[in-house]
This record gives sequence, C-alpha cells and structure tokens, in this order.
Amino acid sequence: MNRIQQLFEQKKSDVLNIYFTAGFPNLHDTEAIILALEQGGADLVEIGMPYSDPLADGTTIQESSMTALENGMTLPLLLEQIAAVRPKTTVPLVLMGYFNQVMQYGEERFFRQCKEVGVDGVILPDMPVYVYEEQFRSLFETLDLGISFLITPQTNEERIRQVDALTRGFIYMVSSSSITGAKSGISEQQLAYFNRVQALQLQHPRLIGFGISNHDTFSTACQYAQGAIIGSAFIKALAGLQPEQVPAATVAFVQAVRGVAS
Amino acid sequence: MQNTGMANQAAPAAFAPIEIDERGYYGEFGGAFIPEMLYPNVEELRERYLKIMYEPNFQLEFQQLLHDYVGRPTPLYLAERLSERYGARIYLKREDLCHTGAHKINNTIGQILMAKRLGKTRIIAETGAGQHGVATATVCALMGIECIVYMGAVDIERQAPNVARMKMLGAEVRPATSGSQTLKDATNEAIRDWINNPENTHYIIGSVVGPHPYPDMVARFQAVISEEIQWQLEEHTGRNHPDLVIACVGGGSNAAGAYYHFLNDQRVRLIAVEAAGKGVDSGHSAATSVLGTKGIIHGSRTLLMQTEDGQIVEPYSISAGLDYPGIGPLHAHLISTGRAEAVSITDDEALISAFELARTEGIIPALETAHAFSALNKIKFRHSDIIVINLSGRGDKDLAMYVEHLPRFAR
Repeated sequence: MNRIQQLFEQKKSDVLNIYFTAGFPNLHDTEAIILALEQGGADLVEIGMPYSDPLADGTTIQESSMTALENGMTLPLLLEQIAAVRPKTTVPLVLMGYFNQVMQYGEERFFRQCKEVGVDGVILPDMPVYVYEEQFRSLFETLDLGISFLITPQTNEERIRQVDALTRGFIYMVSSSSITGAKSGISEQQLAYFNRVQALQLQHPRLIGFGISNHDTFSTACQYAQGAIIGSAFIKALAGLQPEQVPAATVAFVQAVRGVAS
Repeated sequence: MQNTGMANQAAPAAFAPIEIDERGYYGEFGGAFIPEMLYPNVEELRERYLKIMYEPNFQLEFQQLLHDYVGRPTPLYLAERLSERYGARIYLKREDLCHTGAHKINNTIGQILMAKRLGKTRIIAETGAGQHGVATATVCALMGIECIVYMGAVDIERQAPNVARMKMLGAEVRPATSGSQTLKDATNEAIRDWINNPENTHYIIGSVVGPHPYPDMVARFQAVISEEIQWQLEEHTGRNHPDLVIACVGGGSNAAGAYYHFLNDQRVRLIAVEAAGKGVDSGHSAATSVLGTKGIIHGSRTLLMQTEDGQIVEPYSISAGLDYPGIGPLHAHLISTGRAEAVSITDDEALISAFELARTEGIIPALETAHAFSALNKIKFRHSDIIVINLSGRGDKDLAMYVEHLPRFAR
C-alpha cells in the first residue's frame, strides 16, 4: 500500500489536495512549498510539471507554467528536487503533467524514476485509458505507484466504472465542464452530478477539483466526496512572491482553506 | 466523392497500404491523446462520422453545395509557360478558385453538415492564415449558426484582410495571446473553448491534425481534390494519374486532399513542401519533418518541433498557414516511411516563386501555396513527367507582404 492509499485508509473525509506548478514562482521553491503545505494542513500535494501547451488548464496555470519554464524548470531537475524533499516529509506526492513530457523522458523510465524519488502517484490527463491499461498497468502494480483518471459531468456510468476499476489511489472528479480556474462557486447542476456519482458507490475515493478555491467551496465539495483539490487559487496566492515569502504565504493559504485562524 | 476508399488502386505486394486503423493510427502516428473533458465529444464523433458522411442524403447535400456554392469541380489547368520553363507537363489544380479563395471550404462544408446532424448549435474554429476562419465563418453564415474563430494575435496583424472578411460574415474573432500567438496557440484556445462548452459546440478543425477522427475526417472531405484530378487528368492526357503531386504542408489538409486517391498508387510521387522560414537551421523555421521528433501535439501522436524535455518549440514562417510546429499524423507516416518526399522552402524562395507564378501564368498564389511551386527548383523529374501542383489558395490576403517586396521584382 502506498502513501496515497494509506491516507485514504486513515482519513475518509475533508481530504485536502493542493496543486502547485513546480518552478513557480521561483525555480527552487519546490521543497519549501511542499513542507509548508504539509505544515499548514494539506493531506496531499499535487505537483504540476510545467508544460508549454497545457490544454486542460486555464490562464492562471498556463501563466505559472510559462514562468516556471522561463525560470528553467525541467523534469530531471524536478525529480531531483523531489528526491531531496522526500526524506523530510510523509505527505503523499502526486505528479501532474502532460503525456508528451513523459514520452520524451521515456514512459517506463519516468514511472520507475517516480517510484525511486518517492512520488506516490501520477495524473496524466491526456494519456488514453486504454494506453494505460495495455501498456503500463502491470508496471504500476509492480511499482505500487498510484494513478488517477479524470471524470467529468459528461462521463457516462460505463466509463466511470472503467476508470474506477483502473484507478490506484483516488478518482479526480472534475467539478464542471471547464478548464482549471474557470469558475467559482458550485451550482445546482453540479450538485446533481456530485449526487449521481456518489450514488454509484465506487470502490475508490473521489477528490473534487476545478472551481474549488476557498474554505466555503472546499467545505461544500467535501459533503459530496472524500475531499477536494485546489490549484489556481493557490497559484494566485503565490504569484510574485520572493523565495523567503513563500513558506508563510503557503501556510496561511492552507489554514484559511481549513478555516483555522493563523 | 463516390469513391473514397483508400485502396482504390492495386498496390504492389511489397508495399504496405496506407490506411488508418480502428484507433486512428497511420502506422505509429495518430490516436487520440485528449483530456477526459473532450472525450465524450470526440468519442461521439468517432462513432458516427463515417456513418453520417456516407448517408445518401448527406452526400447529396454535400455534393450539391460543393457544386453550386463552392464552384466545384475546380479546373485542372495546363500551365504551358511554367511547363516550358521547368521542362515537364505541369498542371495546376485550381483550388484558389473555390468560393472564399482556398481549398479550406471543402472541409468546412462537410463539417457544418456534420455539426447539424450532431445537433450542435455553436461552431468554433482555429485559423492561421485566416483561410480556414473565413471558410468556417462562411458556412456558419450560410447555415445561420453562431461562429467563433480563434486566431493568434500575430496572425491577426499579418492577415488583416481575412480578419475583416470573417467579421463581415458575422463571426467573432478572438485573439490567442499565449505562446508565439500563432496557429498553435489559436488551436490551444479553441480546444479550451470546446472543453468549456461541451454540449452545444462543434469544433471545426481546419487541417488533418487533432485527435482521431479529425485527421481522417478532414482528409476524406478534402479527398474531392484528388478525385477530380483523376478524371480531369484522364480527360487531358488519357491517363488518370500524374507522376508527381506537389502540395504545401502546414498541418497538411490540402496535401492530404491532393494525395488521397494516389496514396496507394506507387506510380505517383508525393511531394510535401514545408516552410523552412529563414532556413532549416536558422532557429526560425517550421520544417517539421526535418526538425521534428515523435511526440504529441493537439491530441495526436506525430512529428513535432520540441525540446528534449518535451516542450513544444515556437515555429516560424512568413506564411501564417504553414507556421505550425507539428504535421498531420498521415503526413508524419508518409514521410517517415518514405512514401512522401519532404522539401523545405525558405521565406525568400517562396516569395520569388509567388512573383514567378504571377508573371508566367497570371496567377497570384497565397504565400503558403507559393512554397509548393518552389519545390520545382528542388526536386528531380523527367521531361516526360506529368506534375500536378495543388494551387491551394489565392494571394489576395498576402498582398501587403507582396507589395512590400515589389521593388525587388521591379521590371
């Protein structure tokens, strides 16, 4: 059982996953952000591998990715940074990126390297489900590496069940039809979708992402899933900060989401 | 388009036929690498596109519009002075005479009819040179459907006449301001729009790029070009195939259409002409087949210009329609298997060819198309060869650029 699975064994609700783009706002903030997120009360940390053409992401994450790439972030450097921080924290680490980055690194080499440096799971939104199933599933099982697939309001039940069967860790439940950071607040329609999926009684926990930005939306999302994911709102909170300002701002952000007075 | 099967010509035994498999691959290129948010729409299209496009009433409406509205068949013209100059029999397939001035409308007519049958009420498109944007705005006006066209901010500047045409046709032109602010970025924005509007919107992709089934669907709509070349050439010469077909390739839709019925006929050499920009090794180029490596762009596995770390490189070409860091998966397959020969042409060579065509044949080509003509200086052929050049678009949109260079070509 890897750290993600252990987390969901121990914690069935209010699981907070926070996303940040590696190399943003500064090239070497990765370690400080991970440690501060854990200190502030995040249960999971999702690390974005900055990409030149992030199709599923809105303006905020696109711009943070451009900054990160301009800062000099690369996949080998990110893996080094993760290897360095891993002994200092037990928080589960999930890498999110686009399949082309992984292809260029070499898929199998990348997944093995993830395991070696202490990454617990990956999210590759544009990797086809059948590609995972046919080419990488057995490797993930051998490595005990987590994998999350996305479901959306348009995903039909058959496909949700297929995703549930392949997931290792949690299901990434996209809250609405949108790119990241597009909307705020939760609508009636979304609640109907949350209820519909909840009624399916899936075997894996769900985290709701896209449009979750603060204490209120996080709390609402947690009523319909085991937890939620915040990305763009945190990126906005980090924008323009100097390295020495990053830890305090990170702790304060997480505490505000948790509703803890700092 | 009665005959759209790819294997309509008998192929020699040793030759692996060019065909697309169930998952949308030509050899190792193609597929559908898309986030889940796009999956239901792309999957619906994949399941239905062939069924819809070969329904008799679809074909009737499609063929009628191509004939009455687009003005097909377009002429196949024997360019005598050009033939004399280059020492071969050179025919020009006059796609520049299509309504809206380029081949792009063959595909947009097909896709708007497809969108109607899928029950979609809103159309989005990307555009580089603006030809696909104009062709999309045109069919949306024709059908009374809302139209939004994404266009790189740089391209909005350099292709102003087409921006004005799109607006006059009632389309909204939205600038893409990320990256190099060209075709790649316009495509990214269109894809994001589709993610945000999954229920009512159809995305009319303008080239043989994107996730399966787009490359195959667009190629089939453009296949009317090679279908006409077959019978027109038969009328002209008594045989239904040329020795060479030359076409420019950005994403590759006009090339796909001009090659389609000859893909499995090895008697026909296929010449794919790419934009070298300021030179293949200048760092300002869009010669994907030379500079590209295998990877994923806009949902398809193909050849693209990228760094070792898998970041997509900003391309460059004087021609907005060729200024794209990838190439359709069909072309990646044709070039990497040796079925098609790739030729790279610089900005300057293309400009020279544009003026040459204007003054030997009285035809002002689009800058994209001018690249195809430059290939005549780069490839070997025999005096007896019959060459078809796909004259994919006319040059009105590029007049400002041509006027700038007029002093060089003063008589």
